[in-house]
Amino acid sequence: MSTSGALAASPEELADRLARTGYLCDDALATVGFLALELARPLLLEGEPGTGKTALAEALAEALELPLIRLQCYEGIDASQALYDWDFPRQILHLRAVESVAGSGDGHADVEDVEKGLFSERFLLARPVLRALRESPVVLLIDEIDRADDEFEAFLLEVLSTFQVSIPELGTVSAATPPVVVLTSNRTREVHDALKRRCLYHWIDHPGLEREVAIVRSRAPEISEQLAAQVVTLVQQLRTADLVKAPGVAETLDWARALDRIGARELDVESAARTLGTAIKYREDAERVRGALDRMLAR
Amino acid sequence: MTSVTELGSADAVRHRAVRHEADELLLGFARALRAAGLPVTADRTQTFLRAATVVDLGNHRATYLAGRATLCGSQEDFVLYDRVFTAWFLDDGPTPTSRERHQQPPLVQAPFDVDGGEATESDDDEVLRVAASDSEVLRHRDIATLDAAERARLAGLFARLRPAPPRRVSYRRTPSRRGVVDTHETLRRTLTRMGEPVEIARRHRSTRPRRTVLLVDISGSMSSYADALLRFAHRVASTGATETFSVGTRVTRLTPAMRLHDTDRALVAAGEIVPDWSGGTRLGEGIKVFLDRWGQRGMARGAVVVVFSDGWERGDARLLGEQMARLHRLAHRVVWVNPHKGAAGYQPVQVGMAAALPHVDEFVAGHSLAAFQRVLEVITDA
Repeated sequence: MSTSGALAASPEELADRLARTGYLCDDALATVGFLALELARPLLLEGEPGTGKTALAEALAEALELPLIRLQCYEGIDASQALYDWDFPRQILHLRAVESVAGSGDGHADVEDVEKGLFSERFLLARPVLRALRESPVVLLIDEIDRADDEFEAFLLEVLSTFQVSIPELGTVSAATPPVVVLTSNRTREVHDALKRRCLYHWIDHPGLEREVAIVRSRAPEISEQLAAQVVTLVQQLRTADLVKAPGVAETLDWARALDRIGARELDVESAARTLGTAIKYREDAERVRGALDRMLAR
Repeated sequence: MTSVTELGSADAVRHRAVRHEADELLLGFARALRAAGLPVTADRTQTFLRAATVVDLGNHRATYLAGRATLCGSQEDFVLYDRVFTAWFLDDGPTPTSRERHQQPPLVQAPFDVDGGEATESDDDEVLRVAASDSEVLRHRDIATLDAAERARLAGLFARLRPAPPRRVSYRRTPSRRGVVDTHETLRRTLTRMGEPVEIARRHRSTRPRRTVLLVDISGSMSSYADALLRFAHRVASTGATETFSVGTRVTRLTPAMRLHDTDRALVAAGEIVPDWSGGTRLGEGIKVFLDRWGQRGMARGAVVVVFSDGWERGDARLLGEQMARLHRLAHRVVWVNPHKGAAGYQPVQVGMAAALPHVDEFVAGHSLAAFQRVLEVITDA
């Protein structure tokens, strides 16, 4: 039933193993992640951009020592990009080659063989979902599901319920052990309830001060404790400042790294203003933050 | 599962009870959640039971997390979930089922004429009232001036509106006789003829409905139009890709209510979830909340956004201007429907209206059924 009992014995152990890859999660996320492994259910992660939804899938793969297969969703994505497709040009090339070899001889005896050969493994282009089913155990990341169309969700639902697909020309492919599936959504659109029911749901929040400092320190060890703490404190202040786009953890990291690269030992108004573009991506926000930097950094 | 003996004595007592009636307790919790309004289904409950046995049953935090991951479908569900969880597992009082039911807001019909306030000229009114029996006349009457009976008749006429969603070019290509060569399909056809290229397949980009977002001002000054606007919104929502919000002192998403097939039931459902009928308007703030929470993330992107408001802004008009500019940058088209524009001699001089107008693509009247028909055309052609 479970993906594999050996993946993690408890939520705490999973958190530990994730931490060793540099991904620090709270007990809620660890428990939900543990349950996803234990119940072999897909994990649906929602949250503000830059809170580490995609990073969790990457960390899971690393922590569980499984390959990561990623499917980036976009508007108009369909089964031939997610599941499989036939390599038509190569099939035709193959036909032509068979034709020229057979020449004028007793060709018709081989017709069946030729046809069979045409729809064989050789000409099958396995896309991420099919690859995941075949190569499982793997971590399958279905990124930004909210960007795909409703029809695609219905298709995914089918695959994620049975972990098998049927290819008319080849037969049914089913996963020996279900892959670990992580779906992420930025909530530009509500994911269909049927798909949600299939998944375990978790909302990822911005981390607290202490954990975010730890994240910066573990992701970018070259940054001094002091600088990391200053940047995180400022970013957390900015998150409450009602900006058009609040900086995420990814932005905190970028900012801290940028400050480190320009040789800033600590955060002051001048260095913050110079590197502001790494964290603040809207003109209106940048103007407001520049005006308020004095006040925010004076302590 | 960890052993029971390590737990404190109070916990151990509770735990024994939990173990004995574990399934019933958990099932009851799931039922309580459903009664409180969460979309808990049988398969979700099954998953919850399995998840709860995998984590430690004596551990409240783990049970809490297992339930949240399996029984909730969005972040908004968390608040309700937390309340029911506390009541069910941590209180010793009566079950929350009955309490939750009573806590629901009383049934509120969309208010009709609360204060006919800024209604229009009474001179025209006298003349028109004579011919009010004629539905064609009713179609052109200012809704604020109608009495209850006339409103009831007008409500029936809304069904005659035939909305068609605006369309946009889709990313997906579909087979067609014209357009670019579809190499994939051409090769597929070639293959069926043993590699002889005979037919060239083509495809072109098809169109899809473009999202329509309706922002309905439900403040006091708009109250005489609220019922009609919601009926209109319900008609527009019947075409699919439509999101509806009420904007007053707060922003409320009405889309789920508007999905109900029956208009009157949809209006009652909307009445139940909107907390601020006929309050003040801080339109600028409302639009900001909409953009922060929904619009910027994608709901307003490339959409046709229709604002129904008289432009009376109690807050800062400059904020409204800023937010409308932001909305305008995200949206495909911004349409402003103002009921007062239908009145002769109307000038958009209110500070709010004046601040918003530079960022509006279409500025149309919305005081009568005929005007709504025109709004539909504007939306379709956007």
